[in-house]
Amino acid sequence: MPNHQIDPNKWIDLYSDYLFNYTITRVRDRDTAQDLVQDTFFAGLKSMKNFKGEASERTWLISILKRKIIDHYRKINSKKGKAEVRINYNSDSEDEGNWLEERVADPFDKTAEDNLENTELGLAIHNCIGKLPEKQAQVFKMKTILDYETEAICNELDITASNLWVIIHRARTTIAACLEKNWF
Amino acid sequence: MMNKKNKAFISCDEANHSCDKSQYNEATFWEKFKLNIHLLYCRACRKYSINNSKLSKIINDSDVDCLDLKDKQEMKDCFEKELKKRQQKP
Repeated sequence: MPNHQIDPNKWIDLYSDYLFNYTITRVRDRDTAQDLVQDTFFAGLKSMKNFKGEASERTWLISILKRKIIDHYRKINSKKGKAEVRINYNSDSEDEGNWLEERVADPFDKTAEDNLENTELGLAIHNCIGKLPEKQAQVFKMKTILDYETEAICNELDITASNLWVIIHRARTTIAACLEKNWF
Repeated sequence: MMNKKNKAFISCDEANHSCDKSQYNEATFWEKFKLNIHLLYCRACRKYSINNSKLSKIINDSDVDCLDLKDKQEMKDCFEKELKKRQQKP
């Protein structure tokens, strides 16, 4: 008897932000990340019958996503310069050729450990947001992560400003408590 | 005199509201001023205020990111189309 049920109808609402955050820290490009997440959902849909229920849905989707990210790097490597290992510091083509400058160590730069920790922290934050009621999660994400204006959110969701602040207040208290428990 | 005093001293609810606002740089100078007065004597709000700034700092430091609403909706539409196709087939 499987412990976990699979239900693709809720996938996008439940996992798209988590998967997106996971991808964006690995490919550094919003469009690519979005495509990969989309592909993952489709692949998941296709192989739904292989889901054994041993892991949670999200873990299962992440394992598909990992393969997709690896495939993505394989593909861009095989297209350009077959055996050459290409490292894209940033995808803007106008910066190409500035190799030396890019390689100078920046003393104020974050270390690899900092980056790793931040990646994990990002996922921890998404975990906590995932525990909020849907409305709170949505408002909190729009306000805090996407930096929408208060007015824009109010118009979009058809709520008043004071309503918004109450929602934000509740969300912040819950997330602070959640992070306190799971992160520090 | 009494009226003025009432204006400078605010309730904890109002203080928290100003505190939340100031996390997004949306509190006015007067609101911040009143908040700071309140924090001088209210320990509970002081604690909330510290935690709240900590949370803001954490979120700023982490590279947390999420999908834009429009992109998400697009993804959802696309996915639901595919889902329907699949449910009709068998």
